Amino acid sequence: MADDAEGTNTKTMTIIVTKGTLDWAYPPFILGSTAAAMGVDVQMFFTFYGLTLLKKDLNLKVSPLGNPAMEMPMMGGHMSMPNIVGVMPGVTSLASTMMKNMTKKKGVASIEELREMAIEADVKMVACQMTLDLFEYSQKDLIDDIELGGAATYIDMALKSDVNLFI
Amino acid sequence: MADVMLDAKGLNCPLPILKAKKAIKTVPSGGTLEVLSTDPGSVADFAAFCRTTGNELLESGQDGDTYRFVIKHV
Repeated sequence: MADDAEGTNTKTMTIIVTKGTLDWAYPPFILGSTAAAMGVDVQMFFTFYGLTLLKKDLNLKVSPLGNPAMEMPMMGGHMSMPNIVGVMPGVTSLASTMMKNMTKKKGVASIEELREMAIEADVKMVACQMTLDLFEYSQKDLIDDIELGGAATYIDMALKSDVNLFI
Repeated sequence: MADVMLDAKGLNCPLPILKAKKAIKTVPSGGTLEVLSTDPGSVADFAAFCRTTGNELLESGQDGDTYRFVIKHV
C-alpha cells in the first residue's frame, strides 16, 4: 500500500452527490457508509438536488415517470408503469410508498439509517454553499454534522483521493 | 465459540457489513466474531471486507439459507 504525504496508508474516497430522489439516494450512502466501515476515509460533497439529502427531515420520492426500467414486483411477476399513468396525481407518492414498504420488507436500510451510520463512521459531509444560496436553503434546514464548501473544496479533496465517484 | 456473535439474518446489503464493523470493535484483538446472514451477496462481501481491513476470515460456510462467517479481529 502506498503511503500518502502524511505517512499513513489510509485510503480515501470522495463522492459527488447530485441527485435527491429515493432511488438515487441509495448508491452514495451505501458506498459511503460501506467504504467507511472498511477503513476508508470518505468525503461526500452534496450539490444541486443532492443537497436535499442533507435536510433534517427527509421525504424522498421515486417516480416511474420517464423510467421504463422501473419494474415493481407484483403478484409473482413484474409491473412497469406507462408514462401516461405515471403523470397522474398521486402516482409518485404511491410509487414512493410502495418502494419504502418493499425496502423495509426486504431488510434494506432506510436512507435515514444509512446516513446516520455514515455519520457515525466519521464520513465527512460537505454541503455546496452555492446550491444553498441558489435554492434558498439555510444551514439550519440541514443536519448538524456537515461543513460548507464549494468546487475548490471538492477538487482539493479529490486530488488527494484514491477513488472519486460522481453519482 | 466465537467471542462475539452477530445475527444479521434478514438484513440486506450493506447492513450485514456495517453491523459487523460495529460488532468487531467490541472484539478484543485476536478474538473472533461470528456472523450469521441470509444475504447471498455477503459471501463475497465478507471476503472483500476482510481483505481490505486486514481481519482474518477463519471460516465461511453455509447451512441451508443461512451463511456463517467467523472473523478474527487482527
